[in-house]
Parts: sequence; structure tokens; C-alpha cells
Amino acid sequence: MAIHEKSLIRPENIRTHDNLVIDGVDVSGHWSTFIESRVVTDYNEALEEEISALPGGEYIHRCWQCGSCTNSCTVNAVNPDFNPRYWIYLIRMGMEDELLRDKEIIWQCVSCNKCTYSCPRDVAPEGVMKATAHWLELKGHTEPSNSTIFDTEFTRQVVETGKIEDGRILQNFLKNSGQPLVQDWLIQMVKQMLRNLPFKFLFHLGWATLFKPKTKNWDKARAAIEEHIAEEKAEQRVALGLSKQEGS
Amino acid sequence: MQTRKEKYKTVAYYPGCALEGTAQPYNTSTKAIAKELDLELQEIENWNCCGAMEVKNIDPEIQTYLSSRVLSLAKNETKQDVVMAPCNGCYHNLKKAEYDIENKQKSRDVVEKISKKADHPAYEAGEVETIHALDWIKFGYGEEELRAKIKGGLKGLKVANYYGCMYTRPRHIFPEKDQGGDSESTSKPHYMDDLLEIAGAVNVDFAMKTACCGGAHTLSDSDMSTKLVLNILQAAEAAGAEVIATECPTCHSGLEMHQIRALKRLSKQTNVKVIYFTQLLGMAMGLSPRKVGLHENVSDSMKFIREKGIA
Ligand code: SF4
Ligand code: SF4
Ligand code: SF4
Ligand code: SF4
Repeated sequence: MAIHEKSLIRPENIRTHDNLVIDGVDVSGHWSTFIESRVVTDYNEALEEEISALPGGEYIHRCWQCGSCTNSCTVNAVNPDFNPRYWIYLIRMGMEDELLRDKEIIWQCVSCNKCTYSCPRDVAPEGVMKATAHWLELKGHTEPSNSTIFDTEFTRQVVETGKIEDGRILQNFLKNSGQPLVQDWLIQMVKQMLRNLPFKFLFHLGWATLFKPKTKNWDKARAAIEEHIAEEKAEQRVALGLSKQEGS
Repeated sequence: MQTRKEKYKTVAYYPGCALEGTAQPYNTSTKAIAKELDLELQEIENWNCCGAMEVKNIDPEIQTYLSSRVLSLAKNETKQDVVMAPCNGCYHNLKKAEYDIENKQKSRDVVEKISKKADHPAYEAGEVETIHALDWIKFGYGEEELRAKIKGGLKGLKVANYYGCMYTRPRHIFPEKDQGGDSESTSKPHYMDDLLEIAGAVNVDFAMKTACCGGAHTLSDSDMSTKLVLNILQAAEAAGAEVIATECPTCHSGLEMHQIRALKRLSKQTNVKVIYFTQLLGMAMGLSPRKVGLHENVSDSMKFIREKGIA
């Protein structure tokens, strides 16, 4: 795995003066390219604590920045900006603004657990990624990601009936995330599924829509699960300094 | 001490949602093999979803509870001390629940609280052993015995064995792995390779056995999944494989789906076939492709299997 070098000098921090004389020497234009000195004053000292309060973030304090997580990371291999080690550093330093620069990609962690497998300090970085994505949404920094929309629909079905039905999940997910149900590759897939068993397949689809798969006598479990999820959510919001209920 | 052969002869069977939905052929072929090998599967009645990765992301303790309910049913209703799950997701989650209930007070508390309200005995650590379909065949039937069962075999079919993420990671929920001897390896798993070799396959050297297919975001970040799957398909072809053998419904459908998507969206064609290891084993034992549900796969390999003279 190649080491990815990233320029830390951002264009907005570079200053060039058209007319500049220093000690009688004209250093205008190209000669006067300076890097704006940067003083970070806006630390969020509670950041690490807040992430630790969310499920998966518990062990972030153990990190010693070895970089094994990023080195083994599936998503990093596709997108070098996806960098769990760096984000863990920013969180522990309280550098919230820097973290927010990457807020649109943190949710992309595919939970392959390669990082957790290779971490020598049992940080469970996969959990930290989930906690961070969750934090970004709870704090209102990002809209719920497609991943969250999917997880929510999935969980809703499991909590409601005890089981899931893939066709229904797909339909509701595409609807909730504002994507069209008719996509070229989906059509091709259905065509291939219909190839040998049109009758059985349609029968199965119809069957699942009419008689949603269900666990019997599920009502009590459902109520207890819903109650628990609500309690946990309220606790998490309090830990993040938000009001107990969403929107209040 | 009971041998694993005695212990796994009759097991509680947990098919999970996927095997009842899009992954029916995995269910069909698993049951066909059980019948052929005279192993008894007692399906857990009235099971629920194990919670998959999605519920874990919403609330990890609820996922632990969901899995613990399945374990509790296996113990108290099916009255078995072994539960077999062919889905990596289910297998992984039951193992994870076992680990969390044994090691985390909070998990125990939540499981006890909800089980009580839901009127069933709370699962306690150590009550049942969770195994994968691979363990079940390898040890419940036995490799030498399997050799004697092969009729026709796979005729040197070149296979890349793909295990995905959840069969081996994270390591701590699989305390029995990496123990030397005949235990499974988490870095280079080989149980599927072992079984298919007995069935007459030639296993290619495949570096991406435990690579991730991006299944978690198969729909929510499809472009990422397509890239990851394409890597796996291309690596298998480069290694000379004609078939990728799978042992998980999610990995399997991910490969099938993004093989199509890679062609449609990236104009990248790959021809390697995607077949469940149970289908390959079944055919090697002389079962017809229809008996193992080969015609129900999205990836069309009926003609290919005939041409190879396997069926
Ligand atoms: S592998 Fe673990 S210790 Fe190393 S940087 Fe990543 S989280 Fe920190
Ligand atoms: S679990 Fe997420 S962060 Fe960890 S290696 Fe996989 S994609 Fe990267
Ligand atoms: S992992 Fe998948 S198949 Fe298994 S129970 Fe959960 S949703 Fe169903
Ligand atoms: S479906 Fe993909 S992401 Fe999930 S375990 Fe299998 S390989 Fe990993």
C-alpha cells in the first residue's frame, strides 16, 4: 500500500502580495508567496467525550496513531481522503472544524472491520466511524445519509414484524432516499431472475407483499424494543448537550 | 466427550431472512445436502431476524437482543445445543451476541430486560454453540466420509473461494479460530477450499478471499460497492478462476448484482460464475442442478455447468 501524501497547505492559506518591499528589497508577486500562519483557537474540548458517548466510540481514547486502520481500510483504497486514523486524531485533539471538512464521506465506512482486525490497541475504529457519522447527524452537521435511511427502514421493519422482506426494503429505501425505482441495472437483474422461473418468482413477490413475513407473538418484544431504543436515543442526545427529544 | 460428528448430526437450523427471500437457492441446496448426507436440520420455529448490520447501527444492544432470542429458542424450544447458520451475517451476529453476553454487563442487562418483557427465557452465555454451514459439513459429516460420497465430482473446475468479511472479522468474536490444528484461519480461511477440493475442484490462489464487497452500502453507496465487487471479480478471473464459490447470501447477491451493474454502468464485463458452495457440493455428489436450485441464481451458469460435464 502506497503512502498517500496530502498537501497540508490549502490554497486559501496562501498569500501573494502584488506590491511588497521588505527591508528595501522588492519582493512583489511571485516572490512574496507566504503561508498564512494559523492559530487554532476554536477547539471543541468535549469532542472526544461526545464521540465516546455514542455506541462504537467507547474506546477511542486508546488510539496511539499507528495508522494500521487507514492502511488496511477498504474505503481508503478507493478514496484516499477516507482516513480513520486522521479523524481519530482530530477528534481527540478537539479539532472540530477540520473534522467537518470531511463530513460528507465519513458515513461511507463499509463496516468490513479490517481496521478492527488490525488495530493493536482494540480501538475498534469501525465503531468510531459509526459513532462519528451518527454524531454528525445528531448535531445537524449533515442530513441523514443514504446509509442511515437504509438502516432506519430496515430496523423499522425488523422491530415491527421481527423479520425483513428484501423487496419491500428495496422499494421503501429507494422511495425514502429519493431514487427512481426503475434503474437499468435493477431491470437487468429482475430479467435474469425471471429467466427460468417467472411463475415462481412472481408468486414469491406477490406472496411476500400480501403476507409480510412475520414472527408470531412479536408484540411484547416489539414494545420492549421500541421503549429501549427511545431511552437510548434520549440518553445520547443528553450526552451531546441536545434536548431530550428531537426538534424540541 | 461427545465428538463433533455426534454433536453436529442434528442441529437447530437458522436460515435467516435472506435464505427465505432472494437467497432461496442457498436454502434449497443446504437442505438437499442435509438429506443426501443424512444430517438432520431442525429449523427453529418462529425465529426472528438477527438484526444484521443495519440494526446494530441504530442500536447495538437491540441487535444483541434479536440474536439472543434466536439462541434462546434454539436452546429452549428446538432443544438443541448447536445452531447452524449458513448466512455469514447471521453466523457473525449470533457469535457476536455470544461474545457480548459473556463479556459485557450492559448487553446482559438489556437482553435480560427485554427477554423478560417479551416473555421468554433470557439467553445465557455458553448455552448453545453457533456454527457455520462449513463447520457443519466438514465436522458433522467428515471429510473422508464426504470423499466417498462424491459421484462425478467437479472435474477440475477452477474455483476462487470467497469468504467475505463477516466469517472472520472481527477476530475476538471467533475465539475458536486461529488455534492451530484443524481450526479455521482468520487471515487465510480454508474450510470451503478443503470441501471443494474433496469434491474435485482445483482451487486457484486467490488473494481476495476475505476482501469486502461493500455489502453494507450495496444500495446506499452503489458506486462504491460496484468498484469493490469489480476488484474481486477481476482478481478471481486473473487468478484463472471459472467460478467464485460463495458461502453467504449477502456476498453472493452482492457479487451477482454488481457484476451486472459493473457492465451497465462501467462497461466492465466479467464472465466468472457465482455459485454457492452448497450447490457445487450437491452437484459433485450427483444431485441435478435443479435439485440444488442452480436455475434460481441470478448469475446464469446452467449451460456452463453442462458444458463442463458436471451435470
Ligand atoms: S489502528 Fe488503532 S491505534 Fe492504530 S491509528 Fe488506528 S485506531 Fe489508532
Ligand atoms: S470498517 Fe470502515 S473504517 Fe474500518 S477498514 Fe472497513 S471501511 Fe475502513
Ligand atoms: S443477517 Fe441477514 S439473513 Fe441473517 S437474519 Fe439478519 S437479515 Fe436475515
Ligand atoms: S456481504 Fe460483502 S460486506 Fe458483507 S460480509 Fe460479505 S463481503 Fe463483507
